Amino acid sequence: MTIQRDVLDNGLTVLLKESRHAPVITFWVWYRVGSRNEVPGITGIAHWTEHMLFKGSEAFPKGEIDRQIARNGGMMNGLTWLDFTTFFETLPADRIDLGLRIEADRMVNALFDPEEVERERTVVISERQGAENDPTFLLGEEVVAAAFRIHPYRHETIGDLCDLQTITRDDLWRHYQTYYGPNNAIVVAVGDFEASRMRARIEELFGPIPARANPPAVNRPEPPQRGERRVRLEGPGNTAYLEMAYHAPAAGDPDFFPMVILSTILTGASGMNLFAPPPPNRSSRLYRALVETELAAAVSGSLSPMLDPFLYSISATVRAGRGLEEVEAALDREMDRVVREPISAEELHTAIKQAKAQFAYSSESVTNQGFWLGFSSIIVSTDWFETLLDRLEAVTVDDVHRVANTYLLRRNRTVGHYVPQGPQEA
Amino acid sequence: MMGPGPTNSPMPSPETILRAELPNGITVLVFENHSSPSVVLSGYLWAGSVSETPQQAGLASFVAGMLMRGTETRTFRQIHEALESVGAQLGFSCGVHTVSFGGKALAEDVHLLLDILADSLQHPTFPPLEMQKLRGQILTDLQRRAHDTTRMADLTFDALLYPDHPYGRSVEGYEETVSQLRLEDLTSYYRARYSPQGMVIAIVGAVSADEVIDAVSSVLGDWRSPDAAPNREIPPPVTLPERRTAAVRIEGKSQSDLVLGWPGLARNDPDYMKARLTNTIFGVFGMMGRLGDRVRDEMGLAYYVYSTLQAGLGAGPWQVIAGVDPAHLDQAVDGILAEVRRLREEPVDEQELDDSQSFLTGSLPISLETNEGMARAILDMERYSLGFDYLQRYPDLVRAVTVQDVQEIARRFLDPEVYALAIAGPQ
Repeated sequence: MTIQRDVLDNGLTVLLKESRHAPVITFWVWYRVGSRNEVPGITGIAHWTEHMLFKGSEAFPKGEIDRQIARNGGMMNGLTWLDFTTFFETLPADRIDLGLRIEADRMVNALFDPEEVERERTVVISERQGAENDPTFLLGEEVVAAAFRIHPYRHETIGDLCDLQTITRDDLWRHYQTYYGPNNAIVVAVGDFEASRMRARIEELFGPIPARANPPAVNRPEPPQRGERRVRLEGPGNTAYLEMAYHAPAAGDPDFFPMVILSTILTGASGMNLFAPPPPNRSSRLYRALVETELAAAVSGSLSPMLDPFLYSISATVRAGRGLEEVEAALDREMDRVVREPISAEELHTAIKQAKAQFAYSSESVTNQGFWLGFSSIIVSTDWFETLLDRLEAVTVDDVHRVANTYLLRRNRTVGHYVPQGPQEA
Repeated sequence: MMGPGPTNSPMPSPETILRAELPNGITVLVFENHSSPSVVLSGYLWAGSVSETPQQAGLASFVAGMLMRGTETRTFRQIHEALESVGAQLGFSCGVHTVSFGGKALAEDVHLLLDILADSLQHPTFPPLEMQKLRGQILTDLQRRAHDTTRMADLTFDALLYPDHPYGRSVEGYEETVSQLRLEDLTSYYRARYSPQGMVIAIVGAVSADEVIDAVSSVLGDWRSPDAAPNREIPPPVTLPERRTAAVRIEGKSQSDLVLGWPGLARNDPDYMKARLTNTIFGVFGMMGRLGDRVRDEMGLAYYVYSTLQAGLGAGPWQVIAGVDPAHLDQAVDGILAEVRRLREEPVDEQELDDSQSFLTGSLPISLETNEGMARAILDMERYSLGFDYLQRYPDLVRAVTVQDVQEIARRFLDPEVYALAIAGPQ
């Protein structure tokens, strides 16, 4: 895999990778801003700003981006999360210029029409309401807020309802002006092109965009947690959910790689395909301990590569007729065991093979590759992605044991219970 | 600005798809794609829920879920350990007509995938303890469903549009039916319906076509089930003589979901492509078509509002699906119906039709980029007898649809007075 890396005079980072297996190209622009950069009063602003970049400029009036991408047989979207805001277009190879023109345009020319801002307010609030319908969203929101007292990871990317009701057009405009400079962005192209020609076209379209002042740094590191935290949430339904979240190393920390192995052994391999459900985890330790024993109907884990230290979260759906306490007790037994006893060499070997397979699957799609190049560049560097399999292969049984003893401790975790209040249907 | 490179792999076509029929009735389709070291396997057999009685709702799905929970030579653990230890995956899922299976692996592990597929299909043992575990998981899921606005709106809609019809029943079943199913219900359903006759399996990826057909033949070629009668019967289409509405109240939710729709048509209907274009304009193109423009963008009422034409082996529904603030339900329904009227009363713009045609033809390269995408396209060609040259003919089929066709289809299928409407939420 050859990645061509460049920085234009205005500070824009350019990452190009030729991939000729299908006549398709993906083009991404990544901004180093997400809900991590938000403060109380304007939570949700990164995501809302992302929505506004679809709402019109002089060159692409409202609706034109959707129409032109679809007309050309492409797909596109915008994604906002804790560490990033990103936009992509995947198009038939001979149509990719449209994607480049859209992104160069909206890096500076989005209008933020006040009427559109108001219409989008109700859409964003609806998006939040839809999420609130899911008890696991509500529980996750409470657990993360309890786990982080200082660091802005503590609020959800969608934002708090009160902020969604009060954020103004000026707030959104200020966010756009602060964070959408070429010097705070990375463009990525992967697919069926000649790198030198792609590079020239990017320079032509993005080169004239002036750099902006460097955006303010986020400097509110979370202090170490000094004791287990617990949250209890009551809500509608008949199903109980348990979440257990341990503070975990950032992607750039050498401990991250043994942590990946540990999470694979406990809760299964992580998928690397943006558009597919996570791979099954029926041979994982926690599936055996919770689902095979009929305590839980499902269990899953999540360890996301992040810019700052985030969480390794384990979620379980309590089986009908069983209780939160017995699920938690069974989970504790397994977590204590992995802290106490080293994993086996075979478990390590299997986890590495699983990661290799996920890596191979994700390389089938240029869109996935574009995601991983940009994403890794935001959280650490493209090297991180290119050497991921090597770094995993270098992990030893001892590394895993040490990391388990560092992170999977009770004092380092937050436990959340969703306690259903029973049927309330009329 | 840049043309296709020289190393692009070919499209599925009569020249590139290898098709073989085994003597026991299994059709094998192989498409070689060496661009990544992986392989996808998918297919179906005729053991869907259409054969259940209403009292047995959920039976076919339960049986499909048991196939990988123990065979004559492997336990549940061994099956999943074998797959997951090499990063492979395989699963069965039940639909109304067919039970589908899908899996993927590194190409070097394709034999393992085939072995486990063949073993699960031919030698499941239905261990009682595994049955108890799975029943618990299904019942927990059904309990979650009862509080899920999206799923309840969908379930309620199906029952409204298809009373006393297999399409009106939940494939997963209901608490009262699933809790009553006995082991012998499962085993006798398996014996009666699981057969190689009419089964189709597609394999796409970094494999040799001849070798992989031999491999399928060696693990599945000897499967005989003379007592089984695969059910390929297609239930009759329904009519909707009057407006029907139903609401399910689910307390404590922030958003309501609605499904509004009509009987649609089958995939093999000669008017399918006209209906597909009509649906694309109505609620798909760009950001959810005309529905998205009006109800999401102009009225700001929903995060999602789109339409879907479920044209399968039989005539599935043509639906509008939306998630809305409970206070805005009536406005959202009015907005949807206004778009229905406009589609019937005013011919669509030539440009608008052209946009949707360009979308359907232009998005082919992306839909065929991955092994999964190609397997899906190849299986559709087989399932609906479209011919392996379908992808080559497809642009002309799409381009043949006219403005008059769209209006005629809208008038025939989409009625702003007579429809089924299901709502689930706190209202």
